Amino acid sequence: MARKPPTRRQVMAVGAAGGALLAAGALTLERAPDVVPGRILGADAAHGHRLRGGGFPPVTAERTTGVAIIGGGIAGLAAARHLTQRGFTDFTLFELESEAGGNAVSGRNDVSAYPWGAHYVPLATEESTEVRRLFEELGIITGYDAAGLPIYDEFMISAAPQERLFLHGRWQDGLVPLLGGSGAERAEFARFHERMEDFGARRGADGRRAFAIPVDASSADAHFRALDRETMKDWMNREGFTADRLHRHVDYCCRDDYGTSHEATSAWAGIHYFAARSGRAANAGPDAVVTWPEGNGWLVQRLARDCETRIETGMLAFRIEEGPRGVAIDILDTIKGTSFRVRARAAVLAVPRFIASRLLPRLDADGFTYAPWAVANITLGRVPEGRGQALAWDNVVFGSRLLGYVVATHQDLRMIAGRTVLTYYWPLSHLPPAEARQEALSRDIAGWQAIFLEELLRIHPELEGTVERVDVRVFGHAMIRPVPGFIWGEARRRALLSRPPVFAAHSDLGGMSIFEEAYVSGLGAARKALDYLAGMREG
Amino acid sequence: MAPLLLASVFVIATCGLVYELIAGTLASYLLGDSVTQFSTIIGCYLFAMGVGSWASRYVTRNLIAFFVRVEILVGLVGGASAAVLFLMFEHVGSFRVLLYAVVGLVGMLVGVEIPILLRILKDELEFKDLVSRVFTFDYIGALFASILFPLVLVPYLGLVRSSFLFGTLNVLVAGWVLIMVRRHVPALRLHMGAVLASLALLIGGFIGAERITALAETSSYAGTVIFAESSPYQRIVLTRRNEDLRLHLNGNLQFSSLDEYRYHEALVHPLLASLAAPRRVLVIGGGDGLAIREILKYPAVESITLVDLDPAMTRLFSTNPMLVSLNGGAFASPRVTVVNADAFLWLRDRTERQAPRFDAIVIDLPDPSNFSIGKLYSLSFYRLLDSILAEGGGFVVQSTSPLVARKSFWCVNNTIGAAGFVTSPYHAYVPSFGDWGYVLATRGSYRPPVEYPEGLRFLTIAGTAEMFRFPPDMARVETGIQRLDDQVLIHYFDDEWSSYLVY
Repeated sequence: MARKPPTRRQVMAVGAAGGALLAAGALTLERAPDVVPGRILGADAAHGHRLRGGGFPPVTAERTTGVAIIGGGIAGLAAARHLTQRGFTDFTLFELESEAGGNAVSGRNDVSAYPWGAHYVPLATEESTEVRRLFEELGIITGYDAAGLPIYDEFMISAAPQERLFLHGRWQDGLVPLLGGSGAERAEFARFHERMEDFGARRGADGRRAFAIPVDASSADAHFRALDRETMKDWMNREGFTADRLHRHVDYCCRDDYGTSHEATSAWAGIHYFAARSGRAANAGPDAVVTWPEGNGWLVQRLARDCETRIETGMLAFRIEEGPRGVAIDILDTIKGTSFRVRARAAVLAVPRFIASRLLPRLDADGFTYAPWAVANITLGRVPEGRGQALAWDNVVFGSRLLGYVVATHQDLRMIAGRTVLTYYWPLSHLPPAEARQEALSRDIAGWQAIFLEELLRIHPELEGTVERVDVRVFGHAMIRPVPGFIWGEARRRALLSRPPVFAAHSDLGGMSIFEEAYVSGLGAARKALDYLAGMREG
Repeated sequence: MAPLLLASVFVIATCGLVYELIAGTLASYLLGDSVTQFSTIIGCYLFAMGVGSWASRYVTRNLIAFFVRVEILVGLVGGASAAVLFLMFEHVGSFRVLLYAVVGLVGMLVGVEIPILLRILKDELEFKDLVSRVFTFDYIGALFASILFPLVLVPYLGLVRSSFLFGTLNVLVAGWVLIMVRRHVPALRLHMGAVLASLALLIGGFIGAERITALAETSSYAGTVIFAESSPYQRIVLTRRNEDLRLHLNGNLQFSSLDEYRYHEALVHPLLASLAAPRRVLVIGGGDGLAIREILKYPAVESITLVDLDPAMTRLFSTNPMLVSLNGGAFASPRVTVVNADAFLWLRDRTERQAPRFDAIVIDLPDPSNFSIGKLYSLSFYRLLDSILAEGGGFVVQSTSPLVARKSFWCVNNTIGAAGFVTSPYHAYVPSFGDWGYVLATRGSYRPPVEYPEGLRFLTIAGTAEMFRFPPDMARVETGIQRLDDQVLIHYFDDEWSSYLVY
């Protein structure tokens, strides 16, 4: 071949130039990305971290109350509600944040109410008698059918379609990755779910379920509890579950419920995710959950309803001293910047264990580790679409480190919701918790927005230009991590033993960060406190 | 100069094939029958290229300048072709004449290019190298275009934008050549001016392409679009072909003026005529006012409340003279009150307020094709209806085709039954829809009417009994119940309609 004719490279170059021209043409269609408004909200890290360093202003005033409740998450609110219902109104709840709610806190804008954290509760299990009673009182359960199955308020049951998964550029129904999977993979998924169903049906020699909600209603049989000594990943591999897709799916589930990857989660906890939701409804499928636009913020408002006047916010308890006649609690009023002392006959310590141990040195938090989370609420000018399955309540991207988004307007009965709010979740499990927290605290709002929007706009190019606002909330210690040995280990067992006049209450005492654990724990602490006070009066 | 011109062969070839593909695709969109359209467009185009090649022999002077002029023209005509065809579709008597004229013109101009180029290059290269290289680039360009077109252009740019983009490329080639050979071109400024003006036009077209497509609503409608409006809720399109006036919402046919009376008589009268004296009637959906037209035939009816989501619909059907004459001026009746609200929310609110109940409720909603509309076919919705329905009253639901979507139809029936009503399903033949189904719901057993109002064109007392009988291929089947948390109906509907090619 002569030298003169154009070489292949030249031809390609012309083609590339044409392609580049086209690309340039396509680029002119997109406007430069605007700066999206938004800010970082979040657990009051600056104040919280003062607990480590100390140096609080001197106590200048003193107050008294019958029972002091420290912490206004679900556990603290459950305790406050119980005291109120029992006619005991001489109590005060002190909350550090500007509003009560803890992980179930929610927000609201002109489009919708939306969750900042916990956003649903599964159907109440047989063992969840307290939660079931609460559901009845709040009208979530409206009655029972002839077979004794609870009838739920149909507008609170998560509306169809519940879940979809983004895989191979398409949305599929449900979260189990099936699209494009091999026959062997499907068979392994089937075998896995069979095992989980089997675990769900198993009961121990003590007649209790192998895996129950609340956790402490589970069977004490050693062969079940032995599962708590290895990681979910190891258990899967040992049982011959090796398909990559299955591992990714289970890892997603562990990060979803525990903020912890499946290689760090105990197998007992990992299996619990699949096997413990035994609640049933007369008018919904077994996988149904109850939810509201604002997520569990709906429950927060109802728990707080009759005791709102006794909730004080912006209050950081920093020291507790126990005495023969009760407790003295030193509290920083973060708004005024002054400290005061509260004398109470008893205290409900409804804070995570690592905080409790700082307030009351006789308590230790060894073995209690917490997963940090970041949550973004994204206000959009239009609802997301996508090929395949229609927009669901929970929308997950397969293989992503983010957990996907929940649509706040999904329960809306209206035909068309023009604008909407998406709540995007990200458990920061890619690093050890302490490092992840450090990384999270150093990231600015633009950095967070870039992370969430990169994924959102990649899977939803149609949303380009419709993002109105992205706020982010960082929960430095969002969830107790059920690492191997924690749930059935010594540390948790010791922590469950309360000694008057201080009664601990928190979901971390149950070993997992779920509504039921927090609620039952708060209720239990309030009961013990009342019993103790009654005993004091008699004595 | 040879490499420059060879590169331009590549661009020209790409552009040329893109214009051809655009014309073929556009003709398939607008006229249907893609095999015929592509065949005739390709044939016409290639033939026109032949004409252009033949005519090139009459060009004898200043080949380069001529080439530049042809390039500019190709760019302009080809680049604007898609936009022109889209815009003119509704306004010309015979669209095909325009279509083939445009295709012929572009083909001729493209046909001139290669022979002229060969002649320009004939002194620079040996003949065997010349044809080898020119045609190599020509065919590579064609391959490039044919791959680019379906994978990039149609999905990402659309036809109108692609056409403007390639027109721009053509003119850029002209400008490029012009700059390289400026010494050989007379009236250089004039040529340069033409290049710049053409570029401005084409780039302007590229930027404004969205508006052009919006102006020219065409896509899949069988008839001329006479009205199109996008409300926040839906795309409302009216088409007309001869006497057939049709309403489409989001591309789905809602009625044809030729046979809608069958649909609306069957929807309204079996319920209304069976009631002793219906005084208060509620219509949910039915923003076209055609159901109201039928209801107004009952003198006993004192008030009709119509709840339709979209104010654009009710406004259109109370103001457009053609549509007002179709619904008999239904919205002008003092007995009619229009509420533009979301039916589910309105209903919930109404139940809480304990307002007076309705004797008859007519539900004329779009088919349950998505999860949003599916809520209005749910158990929860029918239960709410129970709380606004008067003693002895009933309601009727348009329930898609029991022939095409048998499970869907019976799912609606079974869901209404599960809400505690006695259901009386029936069906009627509406040519533009097919065999269509309705479910009538009452608290006690249903007694068919013994008399209909005057002036019905379709329903008779004798024929009514027949409507309640279902042949074996439409007979009742067991189905799930449509619930808010498990919308089985949407899945049935999707499966059934997608497997039916006829409709």
